[in-house]
Amino acid sequence: MSETAYNNRTVEGFLISSLVWGVVGIVLGLLVSMQLWEAAFNFGQYFTYGRLRTVHVNVLAYGLGLGAIFGLFYYMLVKLTKRELVFPKLARAHLWLFNIGIAVATLSLFAGLTQSLEYAEFEWPVDIVVVIIWVIFCVNIFATIIKRKENQMYVSLWFMIATAIAVAILYLVNNMSIPATLTKSYHIFTGLNSANVEWWYGHNAVGFLFTTPILAMFYYFLPVSTKMPIYSHRLSMVAFWSLIFTYLWTGAHHLVYTPLPDWLQTVAIIFSLMLIAPSWGTVVNGYFTMESDWSKLQSNYLTKFFLAAVTFYGLQTIQGPSQAIRVISSLIHYTDWVPGHVHMGTMGWVTLTACAGMYYVFPKIYATTVYSVKMANAHFWLVFIGQIMFSLTMWIAGIQQGAMLKMTNTDGTLAYTFMETLAGIYPYWQLRTVAGVVYAAGMIIFIINIVMTIVKGRNILASQTAKA
Amino acid sequence: MSDNNSIYSKPVTFSVIALVAILVGSIVTAFYPLARDEMHPKLDTLKQYTALELAGRDIYQREGCSVCHTQTVRPLKTDVLRYGDYSKAGENAYERPFLWGSRRVGPDLARIGGKYSDEWHNQHFLDPRKFAAKSNMPVYPWLENVNLNPTTVESHMKALNFSYTMDEIVALSDKTELEALTAYMQFIGTSVDKFSLVVFSEDDYAEYNNIVKGKPEAAVRGKSVYLSECSGCHGKRGEGDLAMPLAEYGEDMDEMTAFMTIANGLDGFMPGFINTMTKDQIAGIVEYLRVMSAGAGSGTVQ
Repeated sequence: MSETAYNNRTVEGFLISSLVWGVVGIVLGLLVSMQLWEAAFNFGQYFTYGRLRTVHVNVLAYGLGLGAIFGLFYYMLVKLTKRELVFPKLARAHLWLFNIGIAVATLSLFAGLTQSLEYAEFEWPVDIVVVIIWVIFCVNIFATIIKRKENQMYVSLWFMIATAIAVAILYLVNNMSIPATLTKSYHIFTGLNSANVEWWYGHNAVGFLFTTPILAMFYYFLPVSTKMPIYSHRLSMVAFWSLIFTYLWTGAHHLVYTPLPDWLQTVAIIFSLMLIAPSWGTVVNGYFTMESDWSKLQSNYLTKFFLAAVTFYGLQTIQGPSQAIRVISSLIHYTDWVPGHVHMGTMGWVTLTACAGMYYVFPKIYATTVYSVKMANAHFWLVFIGQIMFSLTMWIAGIQQGAMLKMTNTDGTLAYTFMETLAGIYPYWQLRTVAGVVYAAGMIIFIINIVMTIVKGRNILASQTAKA
Repeated sequence: MSDNNSIYSKPVTFSVIALVAILVGSIVTAFYPLARDEMHPKLDTLKQYTALELAGRDIYQREGCSVCHTQTVRPLKTDVLRYGDYSKAGENAYERPFLWGSRRVGPDLARIGGKYSDEWHNQHFLDPRKFAAKSNMPVYPWLENVNLNPTTVESHMKALNFSYTMDEIVALSDKTELEALTAYMQFIGTSVDKFSLVVFSEDDYAEYNNIVKGKPEAAVRGKSVYLSECSGCHGKRGEGDLAMPLAEYGEDMDEMTAFMTIANGLDGFMPGFINTMTKDQIAGIVEYLRVMSAGAGSGTVQ
């Protein structure tokens, strides 16, 4: 097997793993969405909402999300450095370890082993595995970039480097803990610092897993798949540096109106507002890139994936900073508005971009075309509609509950009991489950399309081998 | 980008600059605060966890309670009305990790300690819908069947450097996980005094009693509030259950006492409803109880 073919198999392995974990995570997502409006959907100790919601988040963030990032990064890395990976076998070991790690981590969360830190739930033995996985990844990325055969590093490589560095720092610091037993540890930071470090981590885990890696994909797959060059290279430089500088200051906007010192909250709010500029730097760059030829929306099925993805990213990065402002936070914090916000990012921006990347990569690996453009279009519209329904119901539910919780009677007492505000959003939660089903249907069509593309590609390979 | 000597063609230099860009904000907002005194406050009234309470907190973490319940009351009028005094920085000196949460699928728990009786918590974990028919909280029957492991809890106490006695550890083997979780519930927020934003006097009662007493529609309104808020503990017909029977309460308690008890609660047994009910609603419940008592619980109120 040639070196290229070997690396392509690794890339394919990551992408397929990502889709398998994606199915697990989405099915669990549907179940937890039902548990919210009907307690009878909680089954026994291991399938209660408190555990499953964490499993859902982690399987999708680290299984689907990280799997797609690893796979697509290795693919882009080879193209952008114009050489094969320096350590191809290490990349293959990385693939195996990644899947074993996600499996063990998932089981540990089902068992209730959790640090109770959002996005950092894994207990310390799993953390050690995660660190090993990340070190392997960094070794391959940096070695291949340093030994590259293309002098200039393209934008996507900048974002890859920033991702590798930032995640390493964030993960190591926030997961420092005092191990009590093999399965239990306590955060090394106490009280206010525990909260502050966790949300410095939590917000930037989103920043450097769901923003910078996806931007790396966006800057690469948009031009290569649509043949439209990036509008402004200078703009992408400005956007890159200002983004990675500004992001790290914003974590405490998750702690507005908590006992955290006011200055930390205020600094976080100010930097959150400033973050609009670098985010929209990329949004503007994306729009102007596509503006060079709008007919591509009709002639190239992937263009609309990028257009919708970057639009969701643009909305997301206006909404996020708004939520940081005290007056808005006081209404929507702790309500469903926030999960609505998060899902626009993950289901809209992240998944659409990663799917577009996969639609590009799989046919390239097999030197063929995608199995069905019609199915890809159906996939697009289902996830697009599913995601909009999903977030709209969450936003309405959040504002309604937030407003009901704040309402007072003329004598100054509260207008609604907590239970009344909760029962008031059950209908929206039921609609959200429907939205989730629509979205899941789109993703199933996507997976079938990818599987059929692989089958088609392998048949072509087989017939070529037979001829030879 | 034709410049071959720019940082974009020098990966090591580029990485170092990126590292610095990432570190500046991290140092100012996450690392520097570690060294500041204002981040390490402690209330004089704050106690360390006992072994039983810590075991309960571990179970709270294991079951993912913090996924649905926050533990931080914001200094906002309606937060304070609903839950009690806003959260203080000095309450968190023993919190590893913090359990403030990020979503209120259920109510905030920062002031739950002492609000209900132990028995209420035990029953509520086994059947939340007994007390709130529309609750979406899961049931936790397995907690009742598992006893604590003293060795494990001891190693947790050691890791956190909390003081304990061996008697305390040995006694754990007789305790169920349910009892531990309830002990933790009762611990939360006890370093801060009970606080109510709305204050209520006996004159208020006199005013409302005049408006409400003898009005059938007031009793009907009172009945509907009673069924959603009171019947879980006092029984659907006031027959009593977790709490005292009310069907014939008139023999033991006058109307003003009933009114003030509903408003202010009984510490450790019954929460006060002064912040979540209007005075009119409370007076309605009292009127409903008076009518029910007169009819000896036969449901004369429609």
